[in-house]
Amino acid sequence: MVLPTLARPAPRVPRRRPAPGRPRGGAVLLPLLALAVAVALQEALTRTGVLPGSYFPPASQTAAALLVELGGATFWQTLGSTVSTWLLALLIAVPLGTAVGTVLGLVRPVEAFLRPVVEFLRPIPSVALIPLVVLTIGTSARSALFLAVFASFWQVLVPAIAGVRSAHPIALDTARSYSFTLWQRLRWVQLAAMLPHLATATRLATSTSLILVVTAEIIIGIPGLGHEITMSRSVGNAARMYAYIVVSGVAGIVVNAVVKRLERALFVSHGIGAQA
Amino acid sequence: MSVTRTTELRRLADGGRGRVALGVLGALVAVLAWSAVSGSSENIYFPSLLEILERTAAYWPTPEGVDNLTASLRTLGAGLGLAVLVGVAAGLLIGQVPVVAQTVSPALEFVRAIPATALVPFAMMLFGVGDEMKVFLIALGCVWPILLNTADGARGLDATLLDTARVFHVTGLRRALGVVVPAVLPRVLVGVRIAVPLSLILMVTSEMVGAQRGLGYVITQAQATFQLLTMWSGIVVLGVLGFLLTTAYSALERLLLRWCDPKRVSS
Repeated sequence: MVLPTLARPAPRVPRRRPAPGRPRGGAVLLPLLALAVAVALQEALTRTGVLPGSYFPPASQTAAALLVELGGATFWQTLGSTVSTWLLALLIAVPLGTAVGTVLGLVRPVEAFLRPVVEFLRPIPSVALIPLVVLTIGTSARSALFLAVFASFWQVLVPAIAGVRSAHPIALDTARSYSFTLWQRLRWVQLAAMLPHLATATRLATSTSLILVVTAEIIIGIPGLGHEITMSRSVGNAARMYAYIVVSGVAGIVVNAVVKRLERALFVSHGIGAQA
Repeated sequence: MSVTRTTELRRLADGGRGRVALGVLGALVAVLAWSAVSGSSENIYFPSLLEILERTAAYWPTPEGVDNLTASLRTLGAGLGLAVLVGVAAGLLIGQVPVVAQTVSPALEFVRAIPATALVPFAMMLFGVGDEMKVFLIALGCVWPILLNTADGARGLDATLLDTARVFHVTGLRRALGVVVPAVLPRVLVGVRIAVPLSLILMVTSEMVGAQRGLGYVITQAQATFQLLTMWSGIVVLGVLGFLLTTAYSALERLLLRWCDPKRVSS
């Protein structure tokens, strides 16, 4: 594959030098130890009543609450509805943002024409639309989906525009002298240049859309992790609340890892070293 | 004919003044289209733009409106300020002391993965529904992008820079303020740029669930009492606020980074 490499920026000098003073072998042990100490300290402080147990239940109670939930039937349904809305939002927002961004990036007059509108709509915090969405779409999971798509669409759109334009001029000239069709140019020159931008955008969109889905669940009361967190608080079950907050964190880590894995697979197949 | 016209248009869009002209035209067309579509709208959920603007002008300059707006801005400023202070301090520490970084980074990865709004109930339990809750929540949500970017920047400090500081015996506070902070500044600003929109989301969310004042409160309250015009005016004000904040922040960023080598800022 010769052409895609033309779109690659000049190789960068590796920045990170091996840190001389870094303690070796502590990569696993040290964090584990720190975690154990933190948990033990929290347990001790709440057991002895230094921290109010009703606000900060001992870690063991939170763990027990989590185990009870894991055994329950509703837990997986709750998790499933949050994660499926989240993934669906990404599946809609990323391709849509990429497609619109590509068009705007290629057709400069249209982009200049629409830029102020984009710049106005983009910073509107999409949670402000919640009341409107409740009135028009209702209180189903589709409301959460709409909010998450609205929020992450802009985060993909703007980098996509920049990405299309970041194609190397020589690569574009080469494509022209080989009389590439528009599709060939997009596929082999511009997409390759866009990928690093899209990767960052996707990662941002991933966390934004989770925030929006959980917010919608908390405020609108759509079934899901966010709803369980507020419900636990309002019935005064702090341990269950922390258990669900932990679950939302774990879900965040897992989906981030999946997105990162996909990103790397995509980069490898396009011959660009995955840059974090 | 049409070929020359498109090339002309293309050249126009590339130039500075042409871009502005096209942009103004675009904004005008968008506003006109909105008011034309909504002007004859029978749908009560989408009132006409003119009425929304009238309500905006009628409600927000009143003492009550100003009070709500300043309450929102105060919590936003306090929360974001706290996040910057804590984020930069902790980030510098984590980035420069490898033992600390190794010890806390898995825990950080986990806390960062928790969607910030999932902590709304947690913050409400701790602080009730006062201003402290909102400031705490905004600070808690916004501190991570700032902290992680600062730590990354501090870790990747130019070795030549540090060696030069050592040769010239620049140590202690002078080293921290004169060498480290300016070198890390571009990364700190990137973190804050991510945090600004996030802070708006958290502000509105916290006001929607637990407050008697603020923009989010006005919007939900208007929805609950079916005052759709007031609700729309709140959305418009939030849009303008978001636009002004991001614009002001970009200007600040340019000002602070004027001395900086543009190549290093982007990397």
